[in-house]
Amino acid sequence: MSDEVAFVRQELVPERAAPVRTTGFVGFLRTRLFNTPTNTLLTVLSALLIWFTVVPTIRFLLVDAVWHGADRNACLAENVGHPVGACWPYVTAKLTQFIYGFYPAAERWRVNLTFLLAALLLLPLLIPRLPAKSLNACLFFIAFPVVAFFLLHGGGMTAFAVSGAIISILLFLLSGGTRTGWLALGVSLAWFVGIGIVIDSMGDAGRLPIVDTRLWGGLLVTLVVSVTGIVASMPIGMALALGRRSTIPLIRIFSIAFIEFWRGVPLITVLFFATYMLPLFVPANFTIDGLMRALIGIAVFAGAYNAEVIRGGMLAIPRGQSEAASALGLSWWKTTGLIVMPQALRHVIPGLVNSFISLFKDTSLVSIVALFDLLGTVRASFADPVWATPTMLFTGFAFAGIIYFSFCFGMSRYSLFVERRLNAHRRN
Amino acid sequence: MSTDTRPPPSQFAAKLRRAVGGRAGWGGFALQILFVAVLAWIGYEIVANARANLQSERIASGFGFLSNTAGFDVSQTLIPYSGSDTYSRVFLVGLLNTLLVSVIGIVLATVIGFIVALGRLSPNWLLSRISGAYVELIRNLPVLFQILFWYLAVLSALPNPRQSIALFDGFFLNSRGLFIPKPIAGSGLEALALAVLAAIVSVILLRQYARWRLFNSGKAITIWPYVIGLLVGLPLLAGLVFGKPFTLEFPQLKGFNFAGGARVIPEFVALTVALSLYTAAFIAEIVRAGIQSVNKGQMEAGASLGLSRGSTLRLIVVPQALRVILPPLTSQYLNLTKNSSLAVAIGYPDLVSVFAGTTLSQTGQAVEIIAITMGIYLLLSLVTSAIMNFYGWRISRSMGT
Repeated sequence: MSDEVAFVRQELVPERAAPVRTTGFVGFLRTRLFNTPTNTLLTVLSALLIWFTVVPTIRFLLVDAVWHGADRNACLAENVGHPVGACWPYVTAKLTQFIYGFYPAAERWRVNLTFLLAALLLLPLLIPRLPAKSLNACLFFIAFPVVAFFLLHGGGMTAFAVSGAIISILLFLLSGGTRTGWLALGVSLAWFVGIGIVIDSMGDAGRLPIVDTRLWGGLLVTLVVSVTGIVASMPIGMALALGRRSTIPLIRIFSIAFIEFWRGVPLITVLFFATYMLPLFVPANFTIDGLMRALIGIAVFAGAYNAEVIRGGMLAIPRGQSEAASALGLSWWKTTGLIVMPQALRHVIPGLVNSFISLFKDTSLVSIVALFDLLGTVRASFADPVWATPTMLFTGFAFAGIIYFSFCFGMSRYSLFVERRLNAHRRN
Repeated sequence: MSTDTRPPPSQFAAKLRRAVGGRAGWGGFALQILFVAVLAWIGYEIVANARANLQSERIASGFGFLSNTAGFDVSQTLIPYSGSDTYSRVFLVGLLNTLLVSVIGIVLATVIGFIVALGRLSPNWLLSRISGAYVELIRNLPVLFQILFWYLAVLSALPNPRQSIALFDGFFLNSRGLFIPKPIAGSGLEALALAVLAAIVSVILLRQYARWRLFNSGKAITIWPYVIGLLVGLPLLAGLVFGKPFTLEFPQLKGFNFAGGARVIPEFVALTVALSLYTAAFIAEIVRAGIQSVNKGQMEAGASLGLSRGSTLRLIVVPQALRVILPPLTSQYLNLTKNSSLAVAIGYPDLVSVFAGTTLSQTGQAVEIIAITMGIYLLLSLVTSAIMNFYGWRISRSMGT
């Protein structure tokens, strides 16, 4: 027994240092950029990379760029007095050519009107909250191509009225005939009559002068080829997807062979095929327009790719859906058209948008078969001696690149948005 | 009242119906007969029209043109070729050029793609943002745009031969292309080849032995010093004993151009750079998605076993991710091969450019030439996907599933 007293602390423990900050800007620097020697090295290297790529790009595009001028003299370093970046007056001078090609100046309102109509039909289709999606889609995929063809190519009012009537009746039947089709009929007729009035008032003696497709060019051709490609490839893709899922042997074999063939060859050979071989396959007195040939090739090519996308969507529909439809006594056509296909198409919207993006990029290939799309027009403009400066090529590529990038980037963001919306229930 | 059981339906009739018409039965059978009839009619019309059109334009048909003299030169040939060779030789030259650009492009794209993907997954914020920006920028620009950009804008901005950019006094980059030293076979070439072969075989054996030791006794042997020793030492030894295996012929500036050495044409450089950078962006996304598809627990388990981040990735994450990565990777390789046909836009002498381009315009035999070209690409696609399927099968077998 001892009277030893247990240790009792007499003073406070010294304060520990505050923990290293892991939040805020300093914490961000510590945890994400400079936490280990390797990471510090990577950060320094990345910063150097940015310094040597982004800074010259910005200098080229904005700081050193020339903004006004009448010809190449404005963009020469000895006249400006400092190293010259982008030569923007060259783009301004060529802008109408980059957008319309050689479309006659007096008729350009038709192109603008077509662009406007496309935007008016497309925007409500892309915003999920707005109603009447199926009517809108019908108008865009069936009525709009006809109107766009008349506006861009030209033709008489009688033909326009007849095709308008046919399309309206088609839409009427498609959206349910006498039961539910009246709205579609009314909208379609109003749409055609409205455009007809515009054409009648603007056109020349009630008809639009014909503009040969050889005069089309620039962004116009890029958009025409890509939109026609996606519109025409949808029915081809749906038919091939159904054929590939069919149990009828010969139809399935044909669909598989057709899809795999077009997916196995490069687009450029398809375009060569359409340009050089297609004219041989039709009777000699029947000529196909150069743009039309490319469109046929691209539609078939894109159709084969879309078929696989749509088939993926159909595989994602549970079997019970079509079994339930069979149990209700629906025929195969009704099962497909009312139950399976609508659900499958909703599922594959992101996939279709992605295939549209690659189609949009691939339209640049038509410049190889002597059509002048955006890239082809820009490339052709490089030959102009009026603007020949050392930075002309880079300026042209910068302009075309910005246009292609904004279209594709916008569409890919939209596709991500739809994907998130469709998978909302799967989040977390 | 007796209810007899119904006799079972005839198996044979049902099976026959199923075989000829699928689930739709006889209706399906009739449908496909109609379908085939329509196809046959279209085919007949096409053949008849083509025959009539070819006759009226006096274009020969058949494959006889392949043995005619081509009469034009090709700027890059892997096999000896001159203008007096036949069109079939042209076809071979073009095909080899396509394969060359595809193989080199695939290797480069894979390397760049993996690096960018790892950069994108890196904990370093700046690096992952740069990699992301690269992927977004490259994926959203058409590949033809990029090829033309490298060819027209970048390579034409290079200096003329007199002001070449020189690297190590052996490599010269200028507007005429890239000039590199050319190896010329010497006396010790066979010995060198044998030595390299022996080194590779012994490295493989060494690895097997190390694995065997590891699995049996749990002892890891460090083999990399031996590997380097073998790979460097054996060929060096062979060179010392049997004399120089090859001598390098350096390009020399003579007058306005370089003489000697080997020249890589600018079209090849532009095409390879553009295709590999373009495809690398897609491969990076595929690899990133594949690695992220591996459960986070695997990475944490690796870390808790004391493996470094690199080892965890190499030994645990990547093998599992490969199964997810492989199918889309194959299709990217095929895309690169198919995109190499865009060579025609810048005049690189690939299959489409010299065969479906020059040969087609000289002979006019569109049907045969385009059929051959499409058939070759189809064959390449099928072969590549067969190889990749085999590799995928190997991987899934080795994972024991």
